[in-house]
Amino acid sequence: MIKNLKKQNVWFVFTPYLWLVLFFFVPLALIFKISISVSEWGMPPYRDLFSLSENGLKINSTLGNYLFIFSDPFYIRSYLNSLSLAFTSTVLCLLIGYPIAFYVAKSKPSIRNILLIMLIIPFWSSFLLRVYAWKVLLQGSGIINSILIHIGLISEPISMLHNHYAVILGVVYTYLPFMILPLYGYLVKFDLNMIDASNDLGAKPLNTFVKVILPLSLPGIVAGSMLVFIPVVGEYIIPEMLGGSDKLYFGKIIWDEFFVNRDWPIASALAMSGIVILVFPIIIFQLMYAKYNFRNE
Amino acid sequence: MSEPFLQIIDVSKRFDNVVALDKVNLKIAKSEIFSLLGSSGCGKSTLLRIIAGFEKPDEGRILLEGKDITKLPPYVRPLNIMFQNYALFPHLNVTNNIQFGLKEEKISKEEINHRVNEILNLLELNGLEKRKINEISGGQQQRVALARCLVKKPKLLLLDEPLAALDKQLRVQTQFELVNLQYKLGITFIIVTHDQEEAMSLSDRMAIMKNGEILQVGNPVEIYEKPKDKYIANFIGTANIFNVLNKNNQIIIKELNYEVKNINNKENYFKCLIRPEKISVKKLENQSDNLNIGVVKEVAYLGSYTKYLIDVNGFEFYSFMQNTLVSDNLQIRWDDKVQISFNETSIYFFND
Repeated sequence: MIKNLKKQNVWFVFTPYLWLVLFFFVPLALIFKISISVSEWGMPPYRDLFSLSENGLKINSTLGNYLFIFSDPFYIRSYLNSLSLAFTSTVLCLLIGYPIAFYVAKSKPSIRNILLIMLIIPFWSSFLLRVYAWKVLLQGSGIINSILIHIGLISEPISMLHNHYAVILGVVYTYLPFMILPLYGYLVKFDLNMIDASNDLGAKPLNTFVKVILPLSLPGIVAGSMLVFIPVVGEYIIPEMLGGSDKLYFGKIIWDEFFVNRDWPIASALAMSGIVILVFPIIIFQLMYAKYNFRNE
Repeated sequence: MSEPFLQIIDVSKRFDNVVALDKVNLKIAKSEIFSLLGSSGCGKSTLLRIIAGFEKPDEGRILLEGKDITKLPPYVRPLNIMFQNYALFPHLNVTNNIQFGLKEEKISKEEINHRVNEILNLLELNGLEKRKINEISGGQQQRVALARCLVKKPKLLLLDEPLAALDKQLRVQTQFELVNLQYKLGITFIIVTHDQEEAMSLSDRMAIMKNGEILQVGNPVEIYEKPKDKYIANFIGTANIFNVLNKNNQIIIKELNYEVKNINNKENYFKCLIRPEKISVKKLENQSDNLNIGVVKEVAYLGSYTKYLIDVNGFEFYSFMQNTLVSDNLQIRWDDKVQISFNETSIYFFND
C-alpha cells in the first residue's frame, strides 16, 4: 500500500517536470540551436548545424547573429522600447490595481466574491476580441470620439489610435487582473488589527500605509509586477493592433524577422537575448526576495 | 471617586440592525484594573474598540479626564490597546516593533533608545532585541505587545483578552505579572475577557455585560457573593439557586423545605443563592429523619476539592468540599446519604 502511494508520489513530482521539459526546455533548445545557425535560402531557412562532408563532420555554427543584433541600435532601441512599455504599464497597473485589490479584499465576503467574478469575467471572451474592442472604441468614428463631438467638447475626431499611448492603454487594460489577483491574495490574508494597532500607536493613515500595509503586501506587489512585466516585454498583439509607427517593440521585431524577413537565426538570436537579459535580473531578484520572504514567514 | 478618570455616557452602537451597545454608562477610576466580562457577543469588545477610537458610537460620549474624546481619531488618543492576537508587525524585529509608536511622536533618538531599553528591562526582553516576531515564543510575543503599548506611557491601557492566547500554566503566572506591572506603573487598565476566573483574579472592579448592556458593576467579591440576578450568579462560578416561599412571616427555602430563622430583612424575596462551597455535606452513619438529607448523585474528585451533586427530593444542587485531610479514598461515594448543612449568613436573597 505504502509502496503504491510512493509510486504515485513520484508521478506527482515528475509530471510538472515532464511538462517543463517537453514544452519549455525542448522548444528553448530548438530556438537556441537556430540562433547559432547560419541563415540561408530554403526550407527551413537555415543551414543544418551538423553536416557530413568528405572531410568528416562539419559544425556550421556561428555567433554572428548575436554580434549582428548587438551591433545594430535598431534592435537595442526596440528592446528598450519594450522594457519601457513594460515598466510604465507595470507601474500603472500597480497604481490602479492596488486600491482595487485592497477594496475587494476588505469588502464583506458575500460582496467580495461578486467583485472577484467581475474581475475575471473579461477572461471569458477572447483576448484578441477585447483588444479589438479597444480599436473600435478609440478609432476616429468610434464611440469616444462620437460622444465628445456630440457634447461639443471637440469638433474634429481626435486620433487616439496607433500611437504608444493606445498601446499602454491596451496593455494596462489587459494585464490589470494579473496585478490585482496576486495582490488580492496577499491583502485578503492581511490582519486588519495591524492597521488598528498602527493607528493606535500614533501613526496617521498615510504613515500606517507606508510603514505597515505596504511592506506587508510587498510579496503581492512583487508577484503581480512580475506577472505583468515579463509578458509585456515580449507582447506582440497589442502593439500590433493598437500601436503605430511611433515606437517599435521587441515582439513585433521578432515577428518581422521570422515571418517577413524569414531570417530565423536572427529572430531566434533576438528571442534568446531577450530571455537572457530578462532572466538574470529576475533570478537575482527572486533570490533576494526568497530571502526576504523566508525572514517574514 | 470625585472626578472619574474615564467616563462612558449613554454610549449606543448598532451594526446594521443588531444592537451592540445599548446606552452604556460607566465610570472608571484612575489607576484601577477594570474588567469588562461577558460571553461572546455581549458588546464588550465593541465598547473597547469605541474607547480605543476604532469605532464611533452612534450616540453618547466618552470623557477621559473630563475631556471629550468621542470624536478623536485613535492616533491622537492618549491610550493604547493590546490586541488578543497581539497584532505585532511581522516585518519588524522586537526593537522596531516597540519603538514603532515612539517614532510617531516628536522624540529625540536618545530618548527613544532610553525608553526602549527601559521597557526591555522592565519586561525582561533583553537579548531578543534583534529577533523577528516569528522567532520568539507566545509568551515573549505577549510581552512585546505589552512593551509596545507601555513604552508610549499611555494614560490608559486597553487589553483585549490579554491572556487568551497563552497556555494555562503561563496564563496564571502572567496574571500576577500583569497585576504587579500595573501596580508599579499606576496606569489604568481596562481588560476585556470572557474568562471569569481571569477577571476575578485581575480586577479591582468589573462590569458584567449581556446583550449590549451592563448588568452589574462591582468588585469581584460583590459580584460573586451578591449577584444582581440569576444570569450573573450562573455566569460567575457555580450557583445553587433555590425558590423562596414567604408564608405567614416565615421564610422557607422551598426545595430544601428549610425555614430560615435568622433573617433581618423581612422583605419579600423569591429566590436565594447558596454557593456550592458554602454547603457542606457529611456522610450519615445511621438513618435519621432529619429534613436536610440528600443523596449523592455524582462525585468529582479534583484534588484540592471535591464536587458533589446532591439530590434532595428530586432537586439537584452542588456542594464543593475542600479536601483538608489526606485520605486514601473518597469519604463520600455515589448513592451515599448525606447530611447537608450551611450557615444561614451564607444565604443570599434576591429577586429575579
